[in-house]
Amino acid sequence: MAQPYSLTALLRHAFSGHRTWPAAWRAPEPKAAYDVVIIGGGGHGLAAAYYLAKNHGITNVAVLEKGWIGGGNTARNTTIIRSNYQQDGNALFYEHSVKLWEGLSQDLNFNVMFSPRGMINLYHTPADRDAWVRRYNSMRLNGIDAAVLNTAEIAALVPDLDLAAGSRHPVLGGVIQRRAGVARHDAVAWGFARAADRRGVDIIQNCAVTGIIREGGRVVGVDTTRGRILAPKIASCVAGNSSRVAEMVGLRLPIESHLLQAMVTEPVKPFLDVVVSSGAHRVYVSQTDKGEVLIGGRLDGYNSYSQRGSLPVIEEIAAGAAALLPRLKRLRLMRSWAGLVDMTMDGSAIISRTPVEGFYFNGGWCYGGFKATPASGWCFAHLIATDGPHPLIERHRLDRFTSGHTINERGAGPSPHLH
Amino acid sequence: MLSITCPVCGPRDEDEFVFGGDASAARPADPHTLDDQAWTDFLYRRDNPAGAHEELWFHRFGCRRWLRVRRDTRTHAILAAPRLAEDSGTP
Repeated sequence: MAQPYSLTALLRHAFSGHRTWPAAWRAPEPKAAYDVVIIGGGGHGLAAAYYLAKNHGITNVAVLEKGWIGGGNTARNTTIIRSNYQQDGNALFYEHSVKLWEGLSQDLNFNVMFSPRGMINLYHTPADRDAWVRRYNSMRLNGIDAAVLNTAEIAALVPDLDLAAGSRHPVLGGVIQRRAGVARHDAVAWGFARAADRRGVDIIQNCAVTGIIREGGRVVGVDTTRGRILAPKIASCVAGNSSRVAEMVGLRLPIESHLLQAMVTEPVKPFLDVVVSSGAHRVYVSQTDKGEVLIGGRLDGYNSYSQRGSLPVIEEIAAGAAALLPRLKRLRLMRSWAGLVDMTMDGSAIISRTPVEGFYFNGGWCYGGFKATPASGWCFAHLIATDGPHPLIERHRLDRFTSGHTINERGAGPSPHLH
Repeated sequence: MLSITCPVCGPRDEDEFVFGGDASAARPADPHTLDDQAWTDFLYRRDNPAGAHEELWFHRFGCRRWLRVRRDTRTHAILAAPRLAEDSGTP
């Protein structure tokens, strides 16, 4: 087992020029059978494996990843962490996640670079203000930090914001969650992987699942590109490919796969130390530790598995960012990318048992899976270990679409591209 | 950028259109006779294929007609000439 990272380890390895650090996790050959097989080595799958081992003592676990860990949506998001949700079910779940983020680096013995720099959501019309203030009041009722800001307070926090009364979408004010922030996406995958590996979990990369074996209505294992692996419990954490894995057990999901784009500018000196979001411009902006201005926006709006976005959306997002922060106009975009997001029919996630005995499903995170990573793994591990839902995810059942108990933050109908 | 050939207006850029979702979800003739599972199948469950996808597009900044388009969700290639939805049996 690898030694914990510490100051003394750092000093000890300094004498050998830092050439003898052990690998952060093993690269084991898959065993013939496990107690639990998790499909998908992104943040959620690795977190589920870690909490299965830590909270429930289940260590005979394999995480199967078709590419490399953290190479899917974990590497394709904008790393925002927040818990500004209104609906019962979502609010306390995401708040649990923020609380886990606050102690995650210490818990994992890996610096995930969580930076609770605060997130401001601007409002631009009286109706916009009413909706945001209502939501932030409901957060306070749930014990989640939330505050309303006037334009003078916003100007003090974001001096570069265009607050001119005559702009296309004048800023009337905003709301802030000060404990919200960002983290380092790679470190999250690597931290959970290393911590799970240290507890005995096998992380198997370059291992794509090609089929799920069933006997008498329940799952017994998976066929993979590296051979057959048996397990009485199969757990899916594959985000945009959820429908493909569910198809292997004959399930149709209330999910469509869509594109969500983000982009960064060339790096500049620090000028923005909060996350700023605007619904009117459909854009949110933060500055990374490297100095790049990170800009996210809306879905491209049609089904896709391509992981490649469309230029009109990039143009619209960039225009919105430049309208909010006019000094961005002189920066060049350096990279853009698209994540393959699993949009549900009500815009909320699913962590649930399924009609197929032994097949557990975690997905439908829409455009907000990164912030949920620790709590998702926490609750999914509880479900896999006990066969009963954790109290925080009792409402995130797959059959809520049949019973009518959907969790619809946006209030849009059953149209995934509108959430 | 998609170029969608509208049967009325000719080839147009994707930002003239609005996506309307999976065209294969046909509304049942008599919803009152369905049980909850059958209604859920229509309203919520989708095949979500990686490959050929039958879908609806609305030509918002053109003829304002609904089109039925067959498109590959992996490559975004449009696989057949789009037709007006009313000509393709789509309600």
